[in-house]
Amino acid sequence: MRIARAPLSPRRLAAALAAGALVLAAALAAGALFGASGVGWASLAGGLDAGERAILVEVRLPRVAAAAALGAALSLAGVAFQALLRNPLADPYVLGVSGGASLGGVVALVAGVPGAILPLAAFAGALATLAGLERLATVGGRLDVLTLLLTGAVFNATSAAAIVLVQVLASREELHAVVAYLLGRVPVLGGGALAALGGAALLGALALGARGRSLNALALGEEGAMQVGVDVERLKRGVFVVGALLTALAVSWAGLVGFVGLVVPHLVRRLFGPDHRLLAPLAALGGAAFLVVADLVARLAMVPRELPVGAITALVGGPFFLVVLRRRREARGG
Amino acid sequence: MAEASVSLLAARGVGFAYRDGHGVDGVDLEVRAGEIVGLLGPNGAGKSTLVRVLSGVLAPYRGSIRIGGRELSSLARLEVARALAVVPQETPAELPFTALETVLLGRHPHLAGLAFESERDLELARAALARLGADELADRPLAELSAGERQRVAAARALAQETPLLVLDEPTSFLDLRFQVELFDLLREFASEGRGVLTVLHDLNLAAEYCDRVVLLAGGTVAAAGEAAATLTYTTLTRVYGTEIYVDLNDLTGSLVVTPLSSRARRKLAST
Repeated sequence: MRIARAPLSPRRLAAALAAGALVLAAALAAGALFGASGVGWASLAGGLDAGERAILVEVRLPRVAAAAALGAALSLAGVAFQALLRNPLADPYVLGVSGGASLGGVVALVAGVPGAILPLAAFAGALATLAGLERLATVGGRLDVLTLLLTGAVFNATSAAAIVLVQVLASREELHAVVAYLLGRVPVLGGGALAALGGAALLGALALGARGRSLNALALGEEGAMQVGVDVERLKRGVFVVGALLTALAVSWAGLVGFVGLVVPHLVRRLFGPDHRLLAPLAALGGAAFLVVADLVARLAMVPRELPVGAITALVGGPFFLVVLRRRREARGG
Repeated sequence: MAEASVSLLAARGVGFAYRDGHGVDGVDLEVRAGEIVGLLGPNGAGKSTLVRVLSGVLAPYRGSIRIGGRELSSLARLEVARALAVVPQETPAELPFTALETVLLGRHPHLAGLAFESERDLELARAALARLGADELADRPLAELSAGERQRVAAARALAQETPLLVLDEPTSFLDLRFQVELFDLLREFASEGRGVLTVLHDLNLAAEYCDRVVLLAGGTVAAAGEAAATLTYTTLTRVYGTEIYVDLNDLTGSLVVTPLSSRARRKLAST
């Protein structure tokens, strides 16, 4: 049984956002304070020595900031595609942009492009995919969501095949680098990249939240949304571009970190309801907190080795996904 | 009868074709304030297509549609949604909202930008649910409701849109007899407030009882149109529906009664 809830009010939105901000703050503090060489509460209380300060400022803070920006971006991309496809089980990777990014990155890697430029090559691949998808899925002037979904799946499959080809042709060292590249991880981001990812997540949350009422109406179906006054074509295109850009940025700099975009929006819906005015900003905060914590686990689970964070999110996300799927089935009585 | 009343919807020579060539053509139709107009006809006649064209979802390739005196093609979606609300045949069962949240979606065309629903919007939504006898459904998730309950919520959503014109596509398909009568009594009331109703209907008895005028579509064109009592006749109905349909009057109420003849009834008639 679900709990009956009152419709969203500004007060409830503010309370939920405050709660989300608190959770994120706690996650950020934990992420910054703990690690293989613990800074920890005790040393914080007794003041930091120069080494600890360096760890905190130069290693931990950029790391948690990158994890937070990445988590927010992925979670929002999930919200965007779930609204667009009207399916809560869609994730940032369904529409093929991730495939384009991976392929771009892998090709650049094998071509010997320096590491710093690699994400830009991946991003170029993602943008090309985005543009191609939009063209191919536009039927008679309308963005056809089903065509978009199918085209995206084909793009993903094709780029996966192309990546396999590249891998076969690659040398042993290149192969290792490709595998490492495709693994989802929290990247070491320069100031510019961090600002781009964080800024995109912030703008994405604002853009989707501001269109919240229209996104809610889209659940009536395209025809139903038009009949309550939504400019459905503009909305669909906008939501697709926002979700695709966030995915492109995330995958280009961090590889494939799975399930954040699926699990976090779903949890937010469960706890606070499906209204997009709340869902978008709260999923951003929640996604940020989730990935900061997952990254902390990745760093601490097998000290001194560090696990790729994508493995942690997938280990949590996979079973979670199955449970959700079963619940949905049962709810439908099927 | 409000004879000289305002025209809320006027379609002239409207044509629309899907890629396979099906569609509607040369359709004239008018709804004036105070009227309930029935859109009738056999399956595949183009009734739902016409509803999509008249609500601006599909663009006609010819003809003119005026809503409240203004050309539909010149209106923004929001303006159309403030003039005309549609009750669809079915509301998606996958909708993640409660009944009240769904009805509040009807306030969308009246809210600007980032605005939240006000107390008044909430009151309107609750009142709309109450008018459909669905107040007890307010906080229930739509996914848990029956098809008939969802249909009443959809009608409440359209009422909450506060438009001069209501367009309904088969609004009674999932409703039991009591709710059918209650819905149409409500539509009558709505019309008597100086507004207008256009409704697709399969039930010709309901059409005869409630519609001021009817438009009979067949094969995408208007086969007959006019006052209900004058149009719903044995000759016209039998021709349009391609099966023999008797029309007589109820002794007690004087209402038109439309009876399609079963093969058993036809055999019985033949033997007497």
